[in-house]
Amino acid sequence: MPTALIVEQLLNGVQFGIMLFLMAAGLTLIFGVMGLINLAHGSFYMVGAFACAAVAAATGSFWLGLVASLAAAAALGALVEVTVIRRLYARDHLDQVLATFALILILSEATRWLFGSFPLYLNIPPLLGGAVALPGGVQYPIYRLAIIVAGLAIGVGLYLLIAKTRLGMRIRAGESDREMIGALGVDIRTLYTVLFALGSALAGFAGAMVGALQSVQVGMGEPVLILAFVVIVIGGIGSIKGAFVGALVVGVTDTMGRVLLPPLLAAAIGPAQASGIGGALASMSIYIVMALILAFRPRGLFSAQG
Amino acid sequence: MILKLAATAIALALGASAAYAEPVKVGMITTLSGGGAGLGVDARDGFMLAVKLSGSKDIEVITEDDAMKPELAVQIADKMIQSDKVDVLTGIIWSNLAMAVVPNAVAQGKFYLSPNAGPSPLAGAKCDKNYFNVAYQNDNFHEAAGNYAQTEGIKKMFILAPNYPAGTDSLNGFKRFYKGELVGELYTKLGQTDYAAEIAQIRASGADSVFFFLPGGMGIAFMKQYAQSGVTIPVMGPGFSFSQDVLGAIGDAALGAKNTASWSPDLDNAKNKEFVDAFKAEYNRIPSIYAAQAFDTGNLLISAASKASVKDADAFRAALAAAEFDSVRGKFKFNTNHHPIQDFYVREVIKNDEGVLTNKILAKTFTDHADAYAQDCKL
Amino acid sequence: MRREPILNAALALLLLAAPLAAFVLDEPFYISLTTRIVILAIAAAGLNLALGFGGLVSFGHAAFFGIGGYAAGILAAHAFNMEPLLGLPATDLMPTIWIVAVLICAIVALPIGAISLRTSGVYFIMITLAFAQMIYYFAISWPAYNGEDGLSITVRNAFPGLNTANPLSFFLVCYLVLMAVLAVIWRLRDSRFGAALQASRQNAVRVSAVGIRPFRIRLVAFILSAVITGIAGALFADLNRFVSPSMMSWQMSGELIVLVILGGTGRLFGPVAGAILYVLLEFMLGGITERWQFFLGFILLGVVLFARGGIVGVIAGKVRHD
Repeated sequence: MPTALIVEQLLNGVQFGIMLFLMAAGLTLIFGVMGLINLAHGSFYMVGAFACAAVAAATGSFWLGLVASLAAAAALGALVEVTVIRRLYARDHLDQVLATFALILILSEATRWLFGSFPLYLNIPPLLGGAVALPGGVQYPIYRLAIIVAGLAIGVGLYLLIAKTRLGMRIRAGESDREMIGALGVDIRTLYTVLFALGSALAGFAGAMVGALQSVQVGMGEPVLILAFVVIVIGGIGSIKGAFVGALVVGVTDTMGRVLLPPLLAAAIGPAQASGIGGALASMSIYIVMALILAFRPRGLFSAQG
Repeated sequence: MILKLAATAIALALGASAAYAEPVKVGMITTLSGGGAGLGVDARDGFMLAVKLSGSKDIEVITEDDAMKPELAVQIADKMIQSDKVDVLTGIIWSNLAMAVVPNAVAQGKFYLSPNAGPSPLAGAKCDKNYFNVAYQNDNFHEAAGNYAQTEGIKKMFILAPNYPAGTDSLNGFKRFYKGELVGELYTKLGQTDYAAEIAQIRASGADSVFFFLPGGMGIAFMKQYAQSGVTIPVMGPGFSFSQDVLGAIGDAALGAKNTASWSPDLDNAKNKEFVDAFKAEYNRIPSIYAAQAFDTGNLLISAASKASVKDADAFRAALAAAEFDSVRGKFKFNTNHHPIQDFYVREVIKNDEGVLTNKILAKTFTDHADAYAQDCKL
Repeated sequence: MRREPILNAALALLLLAAPLAAFVLDEPFYISLTTRIVILAIAAAGLNLALGFGGLVSFGHAAFFGIGGYAAGILAAHAFNMEPLLGLPATDLMPTIWIVAVLICAIVALPIGAISLRTSGVYFIMITLAFAQMIYYFAISWPAYNGEDGLSITVRNAFPGLNTANPLSFFLVCYLVLMAVLAVIWRLRDSRFGAALQASRQNAVRVSAVGIRPFRIRLVAFILSAVITGIAGALFADLNRFVSPSMMSWQMSGELIVLVILGGTGRLFGPVAGAILYVLLEFMLGGITERWQFFLGFILLGVVLFARGGIVGVIAGKVRHD
């Protein structure tokens, strides 16, 4: 396999990882600070994509759609937090699992009720369309580079938020000891609403960005949700750096697995068998990696807790 | 005297038609929720349109959602057969649900008319006298694409499909008729949404054309990413990859793509024109192939019901097998294994006069094509 | 008198009475519906042993459900075609199939449990999910048994002395298995092992201070729970006469967890109550509207927010330790 192809695939893996990071960042904050398992995170991803598609179709502008996705996901997140999530903090993880599972059902079917059963049209703005030649002779789609840039920007932004602002300080304090910051007079309720809305907005933004490159349909968030959980577990819950590293690990493993395993196996056991088994192994690869990491580091790579 | 004869004749005629206008209870199990609902909604709408247009008062349809879960479909089928006492079942879109429901249903003596799923076991060794497939056998559209690639003289093909039975069947069907060089054969992960790696491999392969089978959201994602990648190798696929329900979501990236199917909205026959116009008027959208196949299923059922009573299984079965109804595909005939023998066309994605993306027929690639499994069927 | 035993007895009787009534009224579908409830209750009871008593939230139990199902399906297919499997003659006798399912589930659960139990909390949840996903993708891609299209069981497996094609006979087999499983779990819960398990859920440090190794207790509980869910899977395959990888999906794992929580985590008959409620809701709502998942979500949300401790918790109150 030529080097240029391998480099391109690595870049693809990085880009896939950044997409996962966008999803996982919000999830790790919510889990890390609020201790809340939020299965409905994938639904905010979907809502963001649908909002973007709807507004972009109505106004003709992808950028307005992007803003709408942030706004819609944040608003929905705040609403859900105030009405449902707020009652779950004191409950154990299992009740949170059931409640957010129920939310998935409600939000998915509501989206289908509003927008119909067919996938929606959402396309990349002309400004970011087409491909560009990278050094080494690789033609790379501009939009994927834009996703990498956006993801890095958000990563840096979140890091600065957590490390350098008062809000960030409160978030870090909350991760270490929830009760203490309440006792110290921080308004937990508003903090949590803001945090949940922020996490949901990140998911919605990811949905819109990725939806332009994939398909906008009901249930699009669920496969990503599972991968996002894999990412934050590998990276360590509550850690943005962990989410970033975990996302890159998952993205590169999955991509390189898909690319390298079938031909490697074909060389070993022959092409007919290799395609089936290679495909199976490639699908399993990220889970194998996660299990290995957890076997040696049971709390993930950069856990923020203990 | 003549009046008496006339009266008797009229009475007999009325009596005869009344005897055949017995009510038929139909159980429709299809996907009406979740990401794949577009196909089920189209199938239900096509079927119900057929019932409505026929004006028949004797067809009662009970519809339920299977949520793409095989065990739920089995439960619903059991309920419809044992509790609701339906005579005919129909509606299933996906092959794995069909494999779960159909053997059980026909074993209980009910008729099953498939408006879409055509898994190969049911066309071959596991065929059943009560199972009729009005749509196609799963390999057909892919075989047609392979044939088109072969007859067009395309030298190097790159083919890909997801790693599950329908995907492997698809590439096998393609390879059955394409005899040129395969510069790449990839099996992707089911449900995968990011194809950058695969597209990079396509670019590196030097293929003349790409054939892909990626149903639903997978295909939408692939086409959008392909259009952005700068790779200019033309693509083709079976009709599913470019069917009406996903064209809108793919957008202009799909323009010019070739695809193979047994039907197209612009197929030139009277029944099809009537169907497309009525569907647009009723549902405000262009019908997809799933709607067309379901419409044919409805009409097949109505034609059989008007010729024989569903309670007389042998007569009804014969009426179904005779398939004397106006199909939107023009002529229609069943093979010995109750799967259609039909023509296949190559379509191209275009923008119609209203600026809506749709398919247009380019050429016919198969005439009276039967499926590859008929000889395994003992019927 | 205490409420929980009364509730348990009532549920057990209800499950027996419903299909008998259906039989008398000649509505065989409701017998299969109740059989489905019973089988899901067995699967959830298995999970409840690990999750409810042990505090081990396994998001991968569907893998064992599926393994049991495939054990039944593969053996049935080979028996039907009279082909030997791995050199041994295949069988379609249910007790033998259950033993095979138990063995395979135990063999698979041992390494999964040994690795996963080194983690805790959400890490444990995710690593169990990871293993289940590995098995799921393997099942989809393995061509020998049709992958995603699934395996049909032409003739339901046989039970000596009964005609299992008869819905009522098959129901009785499943019901007896459920009662046996619940009896075993009941004895376990009240035994030293059960005490140690529940203690290690509440405070693992104290348990090890007393000289008991929580890891070993949890591993045994995990394997037992996997085995029980596996038997349920074998029965499920026979009920539907079909097995497919969807039995192993993470959505199925999620449903099992929902069943346990809905009924009441850690309660003996919690899985039974949860299975009854969920299956009935799914069935009734599905018959009313195609938007049934929307309403199901609201009802589940209502139960979580307002019915603490699940159904058994609401009706019978908190767990009594006297």
